[in-house]
Amino acid sequence: MQRARSAAAALLGGGTGTVFALLAVIFAIVFAVNPGFFQAASLMAFLKQAAPLVILAAGQYFVIVSGNFDLSVGALVGAQVVIAARLIDGEEARTVPVIGVMLLFGIAVGLVNGLVTTVLKVQSFITTLGMLLVLYGAIRLWTGGAPTGSLSESFRVPGRMGIENVPLLGQVPWALLIMIACGAAAIWLMRTRFGRVLIATGDNDLAAELSGARVDTVRTAAFVLSGLSATIAGILIGGFAGVSAQVGEGMEFTVITAVVLGGVVLGGGQGLVVAAMAGALTIEALFTLFNQLALPASLRPSVQGAIIIAAVAYAARRRMRPAGQTATPS
Amino acid sequence: MTSERLSTTALIYVALAGVLAAGGAAVAVDGGNLFSTANLVDMLTRTSLTGFLAIGMTLVILCRSLDLSVGYVAALSSLVAATTMDGAPGNVPLGIAAVLLVSGLIGAANGAIVAFGRVNPFIATLGVGLIIKGYLDTEYKGPAGDVPAIFQQFGYTRIAFVPVSTIVMLCLAAAGIWFLRSTRTGHHMYAVGGNIDVARMSGIRTHRTRITAHVLCSMCAGVAGMLLAARFGTGSAEAYTNLYELDAIAATVLGGTLLLGGRGGVAGTVAGVAILAVLDTVFNVMQIDPFAKDVLRGTIIIAAVALYARRQIDRTARRPRFAAAGTGRP
Repeated sequence: MQRARSAAAALLGGGTGTVFALLAVIFAIVFAVNPGFFQAASLMAFLKQAAPLVILAAGQYFVIVSGNFDLSVGALVGAQVVIAARLIDGEEARTVPVIGVMLLFGIAVGLVNGLVTTVLKVQSFITTLGMLLVLYGAIRLWTGGAPTGSLSESFRVPGRMGIENVPLLGQVPWALLIMIACGAAAIWLMRTRFGRVLIATGDNDLAAELSGARVDTVRTAAFVLSGLSATIAGILIGGFAGVSAQVGEGMEFTVITAVVLGGVVLGGGQGLVVAAMAGALTIEALFTLFNQLALPASLRPSVQGAIIIAAVAYAARRRMRPAGQTATPS
Repeated sequence: MTSERLSTTALIYVALAGVLAAGGAAVAVDGGNLFSTANLVDMLTRTSLTGFLAIGMTLVILCRSLDLSVGYVAALSSLVAATTMDGAPGNVPLGIAAVLLVSGLIGAANGAIVAFGRVNPFIATLGVGLIIKGYLDTEYKGPAGDVPAIFQQFGYTRIAFVPVSTIVMLCLAAAGIWFLRSTRTGHHMYAVGGNIDVARMSGIRTHRTRITAHVLCSMCAGVAGMLLAARFGTGSAEAYTNLYELDAIAATVLGGTLLLGGRGGVAGTVAGVAILAVLDTVFNVMQIDPFAKDVLRGTIIIAAVALYARRQIDRTARRPRFAAAGTGRP
């Protein structure tokens, strides 16, 4: 009885468990509307499409839990896709070197974000907003306004293809495997010393610093991880959807929403990376539900906005309750 | 306290003078004159729209909140103004009243969600913005309404080389300075932004203060929307694609208002707006590639905030900090 009650509290109590409950509810509605969605093929297609956002959410989680924002990821995803198309220019042989260049570029952008935020003490909101502008302008300046070149077939494999003829599942997309690998790496990383220092930093950076934690180093590393996640997401999105100037636009807000939906607190120090990734899945499931219900595309932002506010308000209400008793407001 | 705040504001005006001098020199080397009437008009015209938005944004940021919905509110307001006036000069007062009412109500909703719902302002106002976006996309496929010629004067008339809209913006700024310095609610805003728990324990009705800030911010966005309507001669839903909210936040922070709340003011914000306007005009006169403009803007915003951060570190170091880290937004 006690256990059942605490399990119910974990699911409904806001914070981490709630996002899984929400995800289950959305899937239940999708199932009621269209039972065919849960056949292996369409489920795999859904996961393939959701993978980039889930990976981005894992990267953004590191930054948010350490007490910062990364608004530059959308622009970075767009930049990576454009860079890939321009440098590869349809030649198969260049695929691997160019992916190497993209990874370096993602790391460099994350490093600059991190160093400007920690060494120059610029608020991360402003740092990454500036980076968004710089990336947006620089990429269009470089390509003369519209993306040029094209991706090679092998570059598009991770985003498009998969392992064929798996029993029961049919095609298992590479994107899903990459997503699982990234998720496992993120979960592992949060269990290491680095992860614990990261959470301590987000919770109270002064206390963490006085306890001997390298606050600036872990925060910079978090930005680098976010840059890496944007690179991987860029490779998947480029493969899946191809090249256009609009790739990644507005994605920073979607991904931050996903992380917050997962019960991760803006300002840092609270939340699980699994929940952040589940938040991204929830957002994608919501988009799928909109499709199933044939909701007019123009109305979707409204429903999305209302659900986000309601979910976060619900989580905040429950979280505040026990805190009301103690004298230390968080 | 007052002298410290004044000196920060003074610093920003020195920066504005520096930008003017450097811009003037650069344009002169290029063979132009930054201070010709046409260029001055251009510069001042650019200040008005961002100015309205940034003045309101200053109030919410001072309260340690944020408003990402102002671009959508401005777009909606331009439609409300244009459709209410509908070409009849007699309807102008009605149109203005309708805009202020609608935008004020949206602000009240923002404030209530932030204050009573305990939703992070980033998520709350992003969600409200998305809700408005969905409504705009569904209801208005193109421009709607008709602005009577007399109201279009608001967008085009100027006295000598000063546009009327800029004069209105400066009057609003003066009102904002008076409001923050001389009214009880204004002082409460600094207190709430400095430390909301201490403010509440000191007997300030913090909810009411934050809601007031949000209502005023949205009404400022409403005025910006009326300016858009006056300039276009019709209401336009497309206006939100320009990401005005990020411009307004950049100008506010450039004006020395701390993103963490509690420090700053409208006078600095006006200088921040002016710096951005001067830069845009200089880029325009020198015919710098529009994409290079974004790169330069991003760099300059980061560099300027890095410079302010140097000063603010010294100052915060002198104040004892009670659990300052980890609360609210970073």
